[in-house]
Amino acid sequence: MLPTESKKALSFKRCIEDGDLVIVYERHDVMKPVKVTKDGVLQNRFGFYRHSDWIGKPLGTKVLSNKGKFVYLLAPTPELWTLVLSHRTQILYIADISFVVMYLEVVPGCVVLESGTGSGSLSTSLARAVAPTGHVYSFDFHEQRAVCAREDFEKTGISSLVTVEVRDIQGQGFPEKLSGLADSVFLDLPQPWLAVPSAAKMLKEDGVICSFSPCIEQVQRTCEVLRSDFIEIRTFEVLLRTYEVKEMKVETGAMIGESHDEEDNGGQRPSKRKHISNDDGYAISQDNSSSATSTVMARPCSEARGHTGYLTFARLQCLS
Amino acid sequence: MEHSKEDQAKSEDQKINKAQDPNPRFASEGCSVLLDVNDGDRLVFARLSGGAIFKIGNTNYSLKPLIGAPFGSLFQVETGEDGSFLSRILPVKKESTSVNVVDDDARDNRELIDDNESQNLTCEEIEAMRREGAKGDEIIEALIANSKTFDKKFQLSQEKYKLKKQKKYAPKVLLRRPFARRFIRVDALSLLLTMANVTAYSDVLVVDMVGGLVTGAVAERLGGTGYVCNTYKGDSPSSVDMVKMFNFTDKIRERIVHSSINELSSAKTAPPEENNQQDSSASDMVEDVSVTAEARVDDIAVRESKITKAPQPGAKASKEAVEMWKENGFSSLIMAAQDQDPWTLAKDVLPLLSYSAPFAIYHQYLQPLATCMHNLQQGKMAINLQITEPWLREYQVLPSRTHPHMQMSSFGGYVLSGIRISTT
Repeated sequence: MLPTESKKALSFKRCIEDGDLVIVYERHDVMKPVKVTKDGVLQNRFGFYRHSDWIGKPLGTKVLSNKGKFVYLLAPTPELWTLVLSHRTQILYIADISFVVMYLEVVPGCVVLESGTGSGSLSTSLARAVAPTGHVYSFDFHEQRAVCAREDFEKTGISSLVTVEVRDIQGQGFPEKLSGLADSVFLDLPQPWLAVPSAAKMLKEDGVICSFSPCIEQVQRTCEVLRSDFIEIRTFEVLLRTYEVKEMKVETGAMIGESHDEEDNGGQRPSKRKHISNDDGYAISQDNSSSATSTVMARPCSEARGHTGYLTFARLQCLS
Repeated sequence: MEHSKEDQAKSEDQKINKAQDPNPRFASEGCSVLLDVNDGDRLVFARLSGGAIFKIGNTNYSLKPLIGAPFGSLFQVETGEDGSFLSRILPVKKESTSVNVVDDDARDNRELIDDNESQNLTCEEIEAMRREGAKGDEIIEALIANSKTFDKKFQLSQEKYKLKKQKKYAPKVLLRRPFARRFIRVDALSLLLTMANVTAYSDVLVVDMVGGLVTGAVAERLGGTGYVCNTYKGDSPSSVDMVKMFNFTDKIRERIVHSSINELSSAKTAPPEENNQQDSSASDMVEDVSVTAEARVDDIAVRESKITKAPQPGAKASKEAVEMWKENGFSSLIMAAQDQDPWTLAKDVLPLLSYSAPFAIYHQYLQPLATCMHNLQQGKMAINLQITEPWLREYQVLPSRTHPHMQMSSFGGYVLSGIRISTT
């Protein structure tokens, strides 16, 4: 997923090879990670696809099934990975991930500590941010999940940047050997205040900590403990609102929805609206009446995520 | 004897490493810093030259004491024989206030009348104390002792009063690493970087009309590898002055280049040109940052007695680089062009990306983005298209006083994101 040297830079025309991880894109809400193998076959509602047809083609192209239906083969990115990975736990999504990476000031070469690993959604983005010379040390107290995470990092090619260890950070704290080496620490734990003193030992001076908690009570307790060693304690909430875009043909001379009264208005019938779903699943309304102008209109989607968690950031005090 | 030689060599190495450190921990002479006055009330950018002066209230203070101090260190106003100056203080570990005390506190403000007569000390008396060299904390103690109403206040109100007086009479300045956050709110900017998959060894195409904010943020995440190429219509690139604030090392600055859309698109190679450094703006006048959702804006600038020129980033892209991009395409695109129509730019710029390259287009208005998205769909130029609006809210978290901040940034712009695909 991440280029580790300039020869493998992302922009080089990448052709699909045996063993590559690709993201198979049917629609914006139907995507799947697939490992390409010489004899592999992908089956979906469109029919089946032979991997051998894919090998040698550039990423970003369409491939056809036996029934002539197509999907796109995309290069994996941490964003696409977050949308397709298997959820062993609740994960962080792009809104929180992007804010955390920026506010923790993660840049190439940084050392970041994270607990818990969970499903590795944030870990993947952290790896991207520290590459190629930094490192992510990730801890989870659940052995099976640690194993799955390691497997995922192998799959996505970031295992040289992330080390997963099974450890109960709330109970034992972070390992001594990492003391004073961390530029940033991220906590996604049920009782993060128990891990704060240890995090303080791990951080370089002026290093940044972030704690993610769904409940305000957790945030309050964490902030109380943070006040001993940290300054600039700030708590935020980030959310994303998505918009849907539709092209509507508006009849000139009539308002939308006015054409109920067929009897009186001399022949103007309610226009037939044909709803066409294009490959992407977006509905485009088509009006069959003449003398109409089309307008592209946008409005917020009716479904929205209301809350994920509160993000609390703080800087380690300079005491020297 | 051998030991000390090794140690010397080691410390020399460390010094060199520090200079090239992507994340320096100390504010060196000439670097850009962010001054945080009174815990976020006022944020000012400054360049730490020997003659730099900073104004708090009615007094000017030299910034010299800040040179060489670590980021995160705290300074307070002290009065000495030669006048007032900024002095480094080591923070005292705070004791947590017991919540129980607050629950038993039955005082309230029913008898407090706002008639401006609660304070016995006059302005002149306070001024006199200051001139005689009284420390800020001493003045605050005096104000509390001379307040008729202080004891009647609810405990949390007393704390609020004390904090307010501290900010006025004993202001503190926190030395911070600068973060450039003008024009685009921090969550919107972070979203752009993530959606465009900015990482080491990527070639990021940028249309930056926000003063270099996006260019700088991308360069930071490239960490000295790959390229961030600023492109533009016509012949002259837009200013990327803000990049100066990031305190980049040479290694990182080298990766910031520019090239016009024409040059990047043309079939023929443009004739080789000298690397032109952009003309530097002469002065280093420093301004307060309008940081929405974070602090109120002041219009006071930091004056410098000596004008220092910072090395300018943004050389013209080399012929080799342009050839490479024509052959392979850029690995992603970020557009932040406030007053331009996004579709007009996107249709010229998107073909410069490789297939499967993600892009993120920022705009302050929804309609032009909706039209752009629609056109991209119709032209089958991109998939996974989405228009997102970032929402950010900050909270005050204190015992018995937890709630969202009273003021909030209502608007963070809109982002159209997608992935470029082959049209065949």
